[in-house]
Amino acid sequence: MVVCASQGIVSVWATATSVPLSPTNLFAPASTPAESIHQLALFILLVSAAIFLVVFTLLTYAVVRFRRRPGDPPGEPPQVYGSRQIELAWTIIPVLIVVVLFLSTSRVIFELQHPPRPPGAVMVTAIGHQFWWEYRYPGLKVVTANELHVPISDPANPTPTFLELWSADTDHSFWVPRLAGKTDLIPNRRNEMWIEPREPGLYLGQCAQYCGTQHAKMLLRVYAHTPQDFERWVKEQASPAREEPSVARGRRIFEQTSCVNCHTVAGTSASGRFGPDLTHLMSRETLASGVVPNNRESLRRWLENPSAIKPGALMPPMGLAADELDAMTDYLLTLH
Amino acid sequence: MTHLAGTLEIEPTTLPSKGKVGMLTLIAAESAIFVIFVIAYLFYLGKSLSGPTTAILRPPIFFTVCLLSSSFTVHLAVAALRGGRRVPFLGWWALTFTLGALFLIGTGLEWKHLIGEGLTIRANLFGTTYYSLVGLHALHVLVGLLLLGAVTLFALVRRVGQAQAEQVDVISLYWHFVDAVWVVVFTVVYVVGR
Amino acid sequence: MTTESETWPSTQSARRPWVDELQQWLTTVDHKRIGILYVLFAILFLVVGGIEASLIRIQLIRADHDFLAPQTFNQLFTLHGTTMIFFVAMPLMFGFANYLVPLMIGARDMAFPRLNAFSLWLTVLGGFLLYYSLVGGYGLYGVGSAPDVGWFAYAPLTSKTFSPGHSTDYWTLSLLIAGFGSIATAINIITTVFCLRCPGMTLGRMPLFVWLSLAMAMLAILAIGPLTAAQAMLMVDRYLGGHFFDTQAGGSAVLWMHFFWVFGHPEVYVLVIPAFGFASEIIPVFSRKAIFGYPIMVAATLAIAFVSISVWAHHMFTVGMTPAGNTFFVLSTMAIAVPTGIKIFNWLATMWGGRIEFRTPMLFCVGFLFQFLLAGLTGVMLASAPFNWQLGGSYFVVAHFHYVIVGAILFCAFAAFYYWFPKVTGRMLSESLGKLHFWLLVIGFHLTFDTMHVPGLLGMPRRIYTYEAGRGWEGWNAVVTVGAAIQAVAIGIFVINLVRAAFKGPKAGNDPWDAWTLEWSTTSPPPEYNFATLPVVRSRRPLWDLKHPEDPDWKYE
Repeated sequence: MVVCASQGIVSVWATATSVPLSPTNLFAPASTPAESIHQLALFILLVSAAIFLVVFTLLTYAVVRFRRRPGDPPGEPPQVYGSRQIELAWTIIPVLIVVVLFLSTSRVIFELQHPPRPPGAVMVTAIGHQFWWEYRYPGLKVVTANELHVPISDPANPTPTFLELWSADTDHSFWVPRLAGKTDLIPNRRNEMWIEPREPGLYLGQCAQYCGTQHAKMLLRVYAHTPQDFERWVKEQASPAREEPSVARGRRIFEQTSCVNCHTVAGTSASGRFGPDLTHLMSRETLASGVVPNNRESLRRWLENPSAIKPGALMPPMGLAADELDAMTDYLLTLH
Repeated sequence: MTHLAGTLEIEPTTLPSKGKVGMLTLIAAESAIFVIFVIAYLFYLGKSLSGPTTAILRPPIFFTVCLLSSSFTVHLAVAALRGGRRVPFLGWWALTFTLGALFLIGTGLEWKHLIGEGLTIRANLFGTTYYSLVGLHALHVLVGLLLLGAVTLFALVRRVGQAQAEQVDVISLYWHFVDAVWVVVFTVVYVVGR
Repeated sequence: MTTESETWPSTQSARRPWVDELQQWLTTVDHKRIGILYVLFAILFLVVGGIEASLIRIQLIRADHDFLAPQTFNQLFTLHGTTMIFFVAMPLMFGFANYLVPLMIGARDMAFPRLNAFSLWLTVLGGFLLYYSLVGGYGLYGVGSAPDVGWFAYAPLTSKTFSPGHSTDYWTLSLLIAGFGSIATAINIITTVFCLRCPGMTLGRMPLFVWLSLAMAMLAILAIGPLTAAQAMLMVDRYLGGHFFDTQAGGSAVLWMHFFWVFGHPEVYVLVIPAFGFASEIIPVFSRKAIFGYPIMVAATLAIAFVSISVWAHHMFTVGMTPAGNTFFVLSTMAIAVPTGIKIFNWLATMWGGRIEFRTPMLFCVGFLFQFLLAGLTGVMLASAPFNWQLGGSYFVVAHFHYVIVGAILFCAFAAFYYWFPKVTGRMLSESLGKLHFWLLVIGFHLTFDTMHVPGLLGMPRRIYTYEAGRGWEGWNAVVTVGAAIQAVAIGIFVINLVRAAFKGPKAGNDPWDAWTLEWSTTSPPPEYNFATLPVVRSRRPLWDLKHPEDPDWKYE
């Protein structure tokens, strides 16, 4: 019976902490900070569960045992006004519990907020915008948007990623639960966080601080690569934009409409920084910060009217004719 | 109803006066507001990106003396009224009003000078926090003057006598509060902050 | 006992046309009528806030739902939060305090009756202003525009740049004005308690509800000022070109957060402390025992109020404070669990050895005890900063605070309704409808708010108008919505009970519950002047002394 019960508990636990239950499951950590928090969380949950069980039992017992019954003697029960010893006991025990919880918590705070920075660490500057994410890798000369690529980390040769967090407008928050706790991006303030995934894969999250109309659609996608794959990605990203003569018309429309005021395409005259960098647009799997898949149809729909996909997005519809839209879509589709 | 306590000897208690407790509570609430403005002022010291700095401030010593001594005069006024001496009361009370009004004039002059130096509420962080803090205090001085003025008018038509001493004392409590706040604001702005 | 007094005007309606009646109510300075008006106002806005919640829950019942436009959703959660805190919970607590405190201390009215009326109407004006924004606040999206910045209105989202038009200003002004009303009420409560107690009623003999009202008022005095200040600063930024929260000019967005939460955290204690007060009056009466440990209950309350001023930044753990800063707020937040836990134990000990009657008020108090226990524990989880870095800003937090506000505060408020309604109206609420209300609410509450913790643990943030399919949040959200519908029915039953009983409920008499505090010594409803002769008391339970002359409390206190 005990074996069955514990097997049951284990399988429930396995389900509850599995990724199929949710790709953003707090109980399926995949990176050092998330793992530390997970450990602490389990400890706190255990203590809370114990407290709950004890007090719940006492309350239930009181409610059942001391209800008025027909056979009760007449009049009022004995009036008890208090008891020094009991009151002292139930003051001291909670104080001790608080001390234990506090000490275990503060250890993790310092551990996570003052991590060592190994020489192999990757440095990323993340800038939050309404409603997209800008990523700059100063050391690697890479600028991209919305999809963050990082290497996995090997304990023998650790390569965590450190993110410097800034905001271009209002408050945002970077939250990918399986990788780390969230940290806010606040204008006029520099914040810092770090992640250290161990397994390659795609980790999901989204903005966790209300930032306006499309806060709900400011999604996060973090791709963790093996070191070799990561190097390849960096090399691709650091190169200037492809030049395809067949889409010259589309490119001309792009450069002559005010697109270049907001967007950068490395190696061309487009050097705006208000919107995402488009140099390697087609290397991304999604558009509009994770909202739609990156394909011809979605791209054209976005160009025609961003608010049709993301109402409240700050990119205005450019008012292009149908054939201009087609040409520009063709051009953008070449930006691998 | 008296038999609720059976045969009893009730400890004699004197409960405090409503006016005093009410005014002190109001003062506590107002203090909470002022504390926040003071914190904002201190937090932003030295953080302005451009524009005039605290170097242009000239401590208003004379007008501060006016305001602080008005606490003394209002105290004398209340004492006089408690003693039933209406004419001295009116004299000290009117003097309090005058000193308060002088202070406000002084604030106005100070602001005129600062605006001349380019400091406005929108100039920079210093301007915003300075005018807000000093302005909030000046607003409270103005309200105080309105209260003092109203009592003066009532006194002039002979409606304020010894029986009203308690109520007048409550108003003087507010005036003392306004002065106390100025001590803090003056220290923060003209002493600590420069 | 008290002599027959002037009867409730409604029984004289044949002689008073309804216009006269209305004028009496609108110009009243009687604390009892003002209390009733506060409560009626709160119930009205409870329904409004509930409709807002229902719309939100319909939108969230499945992924990528398009029942509401994003802007509408954002306005709804802003209005829902603002309404429920400022125009439901606070007026409810002020209403009960207004009605009960003078009666419980043997006074004839509050210290400043006209100020009392002024506070009420300021609050009403605030509520009106907030909703006038639907008509008057023009913005980018149309003629009327309610605020959509969240109830906490973080800067710089509230700056003119990001919130053009006047919708944010309606948020600011409505709360600024209501805030003045709240401060005035707090002044009134404090002055009443210190200055108008009847002979023999030392501070140590006041009913616990009075102590807790005093603590609530003192906290309100200290906490509302910071909000007023911050809102004044916001107006300076928006209209006088100020830079308090202007990050482009070197201003700090975090400063707004500090100011707001210095108000915001004590505010929730302003709401929960009166709820504790209700429980502290009702549990003893239905357990037929005196409250266990009166002195420590007072001390614990004052400790909670005092410490609550030092915990505010636990709402800001994700903002990037230093480890030392984070650690301090972990300590203060966990510390407050101690006096709070003590209170639960004291209520438990009051029930222990008693003879518990499970009438509707007691049912709601028992629900409160279980639910508050759980809410406190999820609070401890949130108090741990690293765990908070995951849980904060997620539906786990939403579940936690609704557990407190609905599961603890609202349940206690319902207990208070059923307990004191007989005193206020002279009639009993229906016990069977009350039990139906209770059980439906329990089912709906747990269905919604127990379940709601799960999406939070699975990574669902707050304040999102929709969510992606495939995140594993859908089923849970659907259950939450179903529970909300059940709660709506429960509240509907309550309103029906209220209305029916007000006109046709059975007569209650002076003291239907065989209770022990002074309000039960008057008629139901009490005469306008409360007491013909001011009572004189000798213990904490004057009516117990009267009913048990052989074993009075003053022998043991």
